[in-house]
Amino acid sequence: MTTLLTQFNETPSQTGGPYVHIGLAPRQAGFEIFENNFGNVLVQPETQGERIRIEGCVYDGTGSLLRDVLIEVWQANAAGKYAHPADRQNKPLDPAFRGWGRTGADFDTGVYTFETIKPGKVSHPDGREQAPHICLVLFARGINIGLHTRLYFEDETDANAKDPVLNGIEWVVRRDTLKARREVRDGEVVYRFDIRIQDTPDGGKETVFFDI
Amino acid sequence: MSDILLPPASGALSPDLTAHGYFGQRNSEAHPPALTPGYKTSVLRSPRNALISNFATLSEITGPVFTPAELGPKDNDLITNFAKDGLPIGERIVVHGFVRDEFGRPVKGALVEVWQANASGRYRHKKDQYLGSLDPNFGGCGRMLTDENGHYVYRTIKPGPYPWRNRINEWRPAHIHYSISGDGWVQRLITQLYFEGDPLIPHCPIIKTIPSESQIRSLIAQLDREQAVPMDSLCYRFDITLRGRRATWFENK
Repeated sequence: MTTLLTQFNETPSQTGGPYVHIGLAPRQAGFEIFENNFGNVLVQPETQGERIRIEGCVYDGTGSLLRDVLIEVWQANAAGKYAHPADRQNKPLDPAFRGWGRTGADFDTGVYTFETIKPGKVSHPDGREQAPHICLVLFARGINIGLHTRLYFEDETDANAKDPVLNGIEWVVRRDTLKARREVRDGEVVYRFDIRIQDTPDGGKETVFFDI
Repeated sequence: MSDILLPPASGALSPDLTAHGYFGQRNSEAHPPALTPGYKTSVLRSPRNALISNFATLSEITGPVFTPAELGPKDNDLITNFAKDGLPIGERIVVHGFVRDEFGRPVKGALVEVWQANASGRYRHKKDQYLGSLDPNFGGCGRMLTDENGHYVYRTIKPGPYPWRNRINEWRPAHIHYSISGDGWVQRLITQLYFEGDPLIPHCPIIKTIPSESQIRSLIAQLDREQAVPMDSLCYRFDITLRGRRATWFENK
């Protein structure tokens, strides 16, 4: 016999507002308060994997920068394992990698960056492997509920072609909005990932957002 | 062939996922839509395409884990965590409540982060130019982890209402911003707490983005006289509900 559980409504979301930094990145708001601050550097010296920088801007429906956006990332380690007890894949944990970080876009340039490692492939529940990807969530003034997206790597051509989530996007032309561009700058690998919240009149391509 | 509408093949669910369970889908009617023209900034900051729904993978059912060692002893005391040469000015309050999932189970070890204006309605932020005065002894942010019962508590100064440019004479009700990182990435939530009896609540275009009255009520903290500290602080109670993991009742075979 099955049992029906009482179900309560999830607490409704509200915008993070323009001063989201006070709570989530107080140094950026302009003051020191916590001894330990959460930030955009996910790597320590002992962390395993290929060092990469993620960088980009977020644009609104006129193509203007969101200079007040706050972004968080969540990703697997270089072996494709998440630092969380629900990940029971038979892959090594990296004690020097948590897989999470947050940052605000620069108030002047609108650029956000993360210093991290390229994640490994993670199993999909249907038994296939997912292409390497990083989960992102965006909060800002004007955004009523956090926008979830995924960053994939343009140079993972074969893996991307087989990825179940990318293939779940019916409009093939939209899949490319999730692929970060690879550049090498002074020996450092940089992936550029711009996010367009809304199609612009000149045909700007709106980034795919997920209901996860 | 498209994969869009195929559920995970019967029998293919890995034990990795069922061990911690999937999350039920988000009830979008419990939340504001992205485009809410009464809140003007949302017009150019809302996607025009529908969100794409996916079956959850490990990427969505896991999430960052936080430990008490990462937090400082005063991180949940906004009355003293920025005090320089005295106490901040304003109404002393304690705010507490439980973080549970949609099935009523406590969410343990959730990171709850809060931020707010001071008693004047002024934020300590480079970009806030409101003429309400800054309080040299008030920072306006705090954080804590829920305990084994999902309970959290912090102490602060009740924030003042705040004028903002939406229409020209728009005022936010007194509010405290909340950010909650639960046990899985899908539970990530940012919201705002309002205070019982505030007459600005029914007029606020940000609150009115929420489609139902009962959901709006769930954001209003209630005065908790029983927990007030005599001759010291009033108390408000504010509970939070996050997405819930479903149990697996039957083998998927």
